[in-house]
Amino acid sequence: MGELADLITRYHVLLAFWMTVRLTTISALGALIIGTIVAVCRVSPVGVLRWFGAAYVNVIRNTPLTLIVFFFAFGVLNTLSISLADPHSPTSIADNNFRWGVVALSVYHASFVAESLRSGVNTVPLGQAEAARAIGLSFVPSLTEVILPQAFRGAIAPLGNTLVALTKNSTVVSTIGVAEIAYQMKNMIEFSPHLLYAIFLLVAICFVVLTLPVGAFFTYLSRRVAVQR
Amino acid sequence: MSAPTTLLFDEPGPRARTRHLIVTVAAVVVLLVLLGLVIKGLANPRNSQLTAAKWTPFLQGSTWADYLLPGLLSTLKAAGLSIVLSVVGGVLLGIGRLSTNRVLSAICGVFVEFFRSVPVLVMMLFAYYFALYVLHLADNQPFFGVVVGLVFYNSSVIAELIRSGVGSLPGGQREAGLAIGLSEGQAMWLILLPQAVTAMLPSLVSQLVVVLKDTALGYIIGYYDLVRGGQTFATNYGNLIPTMLVMAAMFIVINYTLSRVAQALERSLQRRGRVGGPPADQLIDNPAEAAKAGAS
Repeated sequence: MGELADLITRYHVLLAFWMTVRLTTISALGALIIGTIVAVCRVSPVGVLRWFGAAYVNVIRNTPLTLIVFFFAFGVLNTLSISLADPHSPTSIADNNFRWGVVALSVYHASFVAESLRSGVNTVPLGQAEAARAIGLSFVPSLTEVILPQAFRGAIAPLGNTLVALTKNSTVVSTIGVAEIAYQMKNMIEFSPHLLYAIFLLVAICFVVLTLPVGAFFTYLSRRVAVQR
Repeated sequence: MSAPTTLLFDEPGPRARTRHLIVTVAAVVVLLVLLGLVIKGLANPRNSQLTAAKWTPFLQGSTWADYLLPGLLSTLKAAGLSIVLSVVGGVLLGIGRLSTNRVLSAICGVFVEFFRSVPVLVMMLFAYYFALYVLHLADNQPFFGVVVGLVFYNSSVIAELIRSGVGSLPGGQREAGLAIGLSEGQAMWLILLPQAVTAMLPSLVSQLVVVLKDTALGYIIGYYDLVRGGQTFATNYGNLIPTMLVMAAMFIVINYTLSRVAQALERSLQRRGRVGGPPADQLIDNPAEAAKAGAS
């Protein structure tokens, strides 16, 4: 036990845990913004925008996250030298990896956010939109007053699943040297292989602690605000 | 599928059509400008990613025979073995969770919830080091890591699919089985499970897409998959970005095809009236439900 505590301080596990939380929350915001734009495109009356939305979702959702992370880190950052950090700052390399990691996670999960929102729109019965138009509401008011309030409620459960998946998928950016939990797990095991089980349990519990409450909260919320039909 | 796009707006009139035309033109311009910026960035002499030298290697047979196809093959091998083992594990776990034996059901429940919460990469890292330090495998540790990592996670997912599949069946199915003298176990294996598995076939094919994508995580523990093969090739020719685009295209083609297969399966099952929703006799009693089932 003492040895494990020693490892935890040596490899800054608390800092790594904080890094995972930061990666998750910032990427979740990014994914929500991009995903909402893509979802709006997908349900819009304009054919070109619908095509763009569908293309984005189909391309991104079918590409492995590993490849997307590598594309931004090795392709855009290393090969094209597009930097997101001040090159003179002492933490420029770490900043760049973190920021491009966030971009990769946001871009990837945006496709799932878009699909969640669209499935939320699908839960609204056709009669609701027809009724809105029948009482004389035009596109924008029928969208904001009738459809979207119901659609968001229907989208809560799939959005929660996406957030849980994002938390777990944030481990993939450990490959580009972002010091989050999976990155330190690898270091710890290589430093003291005899603690393999304890280290695995420690890391696994970190993720159970992060994902179970989030999942339970979203399930509760989606039931709480569900539209009675 | 066409319902969601017509849900939000009426058939446009003359003024709306003009407005849509303006938005269309604006959107095309914005998309073309974005595309132009990307191409300009890639063709920039400092990067020169679009020169023929970076792309012609893909026309040589050896590129495919030595790097990309062996990589793809080992990706498919790991994914295929994982999905087969996951289905077996998932069915057993799902049945265990539905068992009337409380202890067995609780154990399976904890197992499923635990491995659904642990990231696949963490599980893969553990399995890899387990093969290395505990089993002392001489080789194939990465393969072991990839398959074990994927199987633990996907068994749990499939167990949940089974549970919801059995849960969505009408209670009368099990009761009818018991009434004609089957035991609980026989009713499960002979009546409930076949229906649940048929109902979850589309989700199972979709899960195959997830497995195929997650196999790429094997790169991180040194498995020679498509991404690793592509990267080895790109190091020789200095064409990392073109190689990544080609690999992405390969993944997209395979996964998109699988998704379409899943959709087609779902539609054909819906036509047979097996999937989701209440059974047909309840639909007759409830016209609103019947209308909704017909619309979806």
